[in-house]
Amino acid sequence: MSAKLLLANIDEPGLNTLEVYERRGGYQSLRKALAMTPEEVLDQLKASGIRGRGGAGFAMGTKISFLPKGSMDKYLVCNADESEPGTFKDRELMQKSPHMLIEGIVIASHAAGIRRAFIYIRGEYVLQADILDAALAEARAAGYLGEDILGSGHSLSLVLHRGAGAYICGEETGLLDSLEGKRGNPRLKPPFPAIQGLYQGPTLINNVETLSTVPSILRMGGASYAKLGVETSTGTKLVSISGHVRRPGNYEIELGIPAREIIYGLAGGPPDGRSVKCWFPGGSSSPVLTADDLDIPYDFDSLAAARTMLGSGAIIVVDDSTPIVAVALKVAKFYRHESCGKCTPCREGTNWTVKMLERISSGEATPMDLDIIAGVQQNIMGKCLCVLGDAMAMPISSIIAKFRPELEAHIETARDRAGQVEALTGVN
Amino acid sequence: MNAELRAEIETHMALYPDSRSAALPALEAAQRVHGWCSPEAIEEVADVMGVTPASLEAVATFYDMLETEPVGKHSVYVCTNISCSLRGADELHAAIREAAGDDATFNVRAFECLGACDIAPMASVDGVYVGPLSVEDVPQLLDDIRAGRDVLADKQLSKRPCADVEANA
Repeated sequence: MSAKLLLANIDEPGLNTLEVYERRGGYQSLRKALAMTPEEVLDQLKASGIRGRGGAGFAMGTKISFLPKGSMDKYLVCNADESEPGTFKDRELMQKSPHMLIEGIVIASHAAGIRRAFIYIRGEYVLQADILDAALAEARAAGYLGEDILGSGHSLSLVLHRGAGAYICGEETGLLDSLEGKRGNPRLKPPFPAIQGLYQGPTLINNVETLSTVPSILRMGGASYAKLGVETSTGTKLVSISGHVRRPGNYEIELGIPAREIIYGLAGGPPDGRSVKCWFPGGSSSPVLTADDLDIPYDFDSLAAARTMLGSGAIIVVDDSTPIVAVALKVAKFYRHESCGKCTPCREGTNWTVKMLERISSGEATPMDLDIIAGVQQNIMGKCLCVLGDAMAMPISSIIAKFRPELEAHIETARDRAGQVEALTGVN
Repeated sequence: MNAELRAEIETHMALYPDSRSAALPALEAAQRVHGWCSPEAIEEVADVMGVTPASLEAVATFYDMLETEPVGKHSVYVCTNISCSLRGADELHAAIREAAGDDATFNVRAFECLGACDIAPMASVDGVYVGPLSVEDVPQLLDDIRAGRDVLADKQLSKRPCADVEANA
């Protein structure tokens, strides 16, 4: 039994309404925070050690302290574009506990001295956006949003903005351009959004889960929160687990538990008679791990030490019935489709990687093509404005490195059925 | 132009420090009225927003949910990303396409990850998430859409409890 902060009572009927949320102690953390100075609230967030839950894992308190002080127009943007393949945790939070997110946003805006905030939600999340809109109306009517919140002198306007379907808008600078009404093309960094972001103003961008955790941090105190999890990965984390497991879904874990406990203990592991072939620990952008890596503690730094990443906390399990080339091709095709086309290494690299993987799949390749694909990945990484290209290069490189014998064998046997591309087939 | 559409776009424009931020919600509203982001729809939005049609066209072509060609009235987005494909999404997509045939009512599309891998394989039908689906569900899915019924009522995501059983202890 581990601590449940985000998912506690998540399926209680009506938790999405203000009435039930308040009955469960909702908005008490906001009252507490508004009685504190912004610096005191920021100290609590820093003491909690919480790292961003969207993918990059950057310390939230540090990010806030990068914002310039002063009375200029500053913005908070909640990244609710959740589109990393395998990730569906923010969806559950927004649908079932929208006020927790709103409360977290108001507290964070107080800590950062921000008076204007936006939630950028992916356009596909229609149900969740409608629920959030209703919750925002309730929060405004109750005085938790708007001018002089609860008589504290702090004011905040919060607007829900619906996207229209583009993975790249989850990248923070692509998101900002999209929120300004443009194509979601990423911007050159630096300047980082904390200095020059939305409408050129200093902008704090945080993920839904990060902001939803803020009320718990204020309630417990930052130091108590930091006792959960492990030293450099504090707290609880939602894990979205999918693919070849018996019980796919969202689970709240304390960071640092062995991955095996999540994949087998919580999600039930692969179906009978099958075993784990590989798993993506943090969405389809993360380098894959194998069955040998199941005892790695699931936290930011242990996964980094294994040369992969926790990312958004999305575990995708692939069992031994699946040809690895089909996995690689599926992943590469996604990034080809989502590349915005601005940077050449990404635009061309994703396209050629797909073409070469199709050649491998259909038996028209030679083992040398594996080296060419690996070389292409090297020429994408670190060479673009954003990390979308890297997000393909990382998993593809790891698949080629870890499954080379299978890929070589595939090239040999596939010649016999030249022209037929190996597809992923459903096995559940 | 439609006065309601104009009013809706103006409401969106008023929400932002820079009214150009309303491009996506405005185009989405126009698409709802016109069925797609037609040249006329884009002209209308441009007129209300005081921007050039070309700038809006550039936006419309970037986003998957904005249609720049005429499409069927009912959208069926089938997720064919990795987690859904590992559980049969490609076969599901093919089955839906085949069953829908050339019925112009439907806009069946393979979509990238829709953020519902817990109900894989799944589809978003006019914005309503349903899953896990099998090819056997396809006839009823299309019949429900044709009849204007709640689509696969017992398979809607909105009714699904969280997988973490301890969460509700």
